[in-house]
Amino acid sequence: MRALFSFIVVIALVAIVFVGVKGANLEFLFGVIIPYAALATFIIGFIYRVVKWGRSPVPFHIPTTCGQQKTLPWIKDSKIENPSTTAGVIARMALEVLVFRSLFRNLKTDLREGPRLAYGSDKWLWLAGLAFHWSFLIIAFRHLRFFMQDVPVVVQWVEGLDSFLQIGAPLLYITDVIIITAVTYLFLRRVYIPQVRYISLAADYFPLFLILGIAISGVLMRYFIKVHVVGVKELAMGLVSFNPTIPEGIGVIFYIHLFLICVLFAYFPFSKLMHMGGVFLSPTRNLANNSRMVRHVNPWNYPVKVHTYEEYEEEFREKMKMAGLPVEKE
Amino acid sequence: MYDGSKIIAGLIVFVGLFTFPFLYNMGKASAKPEPKIDTPVIQQLAEKKCVEPKSFMRAEHMKLLNEWRDSAIRKAKRVYVGAEGKEYTISLQNTCMKCHSNKKKFCDECHNYMAVKPYCWDCHLEPKEKKL
Ligand code: HEC
Ligand code: HEC
Ligand code: HEC
Repeated sequence: MRALFSFIVVIALVAIVFVGVKGANLEFLFGVIIPYAALATFIIGFIYRVVKWGRSPVPFHIPTTCGQQKTLPWIKDSKIENPSTTAGVIARMALEVLVFRSLFRNLKTDLREGPRLAYGSDKWLWLAGLAFHWSFLIIAFRHLRFFMQDVPVVVQWVEGLDSFLQIGAPLLYITDVIIITAVTYLFLRRVYIPQVRYISLAADYFPLFLILGIAISGVLMRYFIKVHVVGVKELAMGLVSFNPTIPEGIGVIFYIHLFLICVLFAYFPFSKLMHMGGVFLSPTRNLANNSRMVRHVNPWNYPVKVHTYEEYEEEFREKMKMAGLPVEKE
Repeated sequence: MYDGSKIIAGLIVFVGLFTFPFLYNMGKASAKPEPKIDTPVIQQLAEKKCVEPKSFMRAEHMKLLNEWRDSAIRKAKRVYVGAEGKEYTISLQNTCMKCHSNKKKFCDECHNYMAVKPYCWDCHLEPKEKKL
């Protein structure tokens, strides 16, 4: 049901553009106004969410990481798993962001005969997640050729590598195949594994369908329902130079693609997709485990009125002496 | 502990990345490609028309070329019937490039703008053009 709901929402979004562009000629709305509004929502919303997270104090370092903490010199510490230095934290964060290290540890549990609980390695989620995110990044990077007059060589290299199989014309991009396969797997996984299906919400399915919609509309546009690509670049260049134009005869599939992307951007700050910023703010990833070396002051500590032993002795010295208690100063 | 300065630095990087196209294009003029069709062969045509209507060619010429290639090489069918019933010999060099003999001012005009470099010319011969 939750999957069906998300699916219908995405289909409705596609229908809205189709009717808007085909029926009501709202090219300017879908090609200029909505993209600007979506980007503004994305950037402002993203900053708002991150600042809100940043304002919540972290009372102490969270050392609940696997790996040996830095301690006595003859005990080998685990420098990346349980870092005590900033360099170690950067290495751990880089591995997390670039290769999803913690997902690599994903396990599956099985209740076998006996009854006996068995744990096994389960790398499929990691693999599909990695394939999906990297393809997405490469595809986004490749799109820079629509936003720059002289396309930098790096973008052209990436594009050349991505299409090096030289299948068909226009050339087939490898990432196009990978992203659709990976997103489809990630969706099927949610439906197929009962435990995962049970915890999946509409907010889990919607981004999947949305991204699948974006990928499919892009693939359709590049390989099947062709569009006026030069016109697309003119529109994109108009947007980024604040000189919006709507070239004639681009084709409705382009507006569908663009609108789904705008929805993704606008939806981003309100959704679980914020893990893009959130991963950098995870206390178990971004804090060095140096609580034995550095004193961390809890920011919400109010000034505590203390009465030190010296002061105590000062106050009660005579009485203590009379009671025969030892004192430090005579 | 808040680490505010690190978070703000991160946010600046974020804004920089996502507004990069805007920053990059600031104060830069963008020129649209204008493919020229003023070649001798096209000048002599009674009707200045391509093998298919212009709007189709603009969007689908790469697909058409791919079909031409398959048709000539795989099916040994070297005649193409255009939308208006006119027949063309299927050939990149002897049909397309005969009319569009100004590759630099035609094909490349769009392709440079889009940063596509068709690899066809690794093997096929480009039309000889006068040095400009
Ligand atoms: C109206 C502009 C325009 C003109 C003129 C033009 N092209 Fe293209 N061509 C394009 C665009 C845009 C693409 C890339 C589409 C894309 O990136 O998805 C392309 C792609 C191609 C491709 C596929 C390349 C690849 O690597 O995917 C071939 C082959 C091609 N053009 C051949 C030609 C030839 C030959 C001519 C000259 C007779 C020509 N084109 C003229 C705009 C044009
Ligand atoms: C008979 C001569 C002739 C042949 C053969 C020919 N073209 Fe054309 N082509 C033209 C003319 C004339 C135009 C301009 C049409 C117009 O303005 O309506 C044109 C337009 C085009 C356009 C659109 C340019 C634009 O400004 O949008 C492309 C792309 C193109 N041709 C590619 C090709 C390709 C690829 C082939 C080979 C499959 C080919 N042409 C074969 C004469 C020809
Ligand atoms: C590896 C070299 C090579 C590359 C690269 C190449 N071709 Fe060809 N092409 C050939 C050969 C060889 C033939 C066969 C010629 C014949 O039998 O007439 C041919 C034939 C063709 C034909 C039909 C016959 C003719 O005379 O044109 C078309 C159309 C064609 N190629 C289009 C393309 C396009 C478009 C590209 C770029 C996307 C391309 N080719 C890239 C080698 C190549």
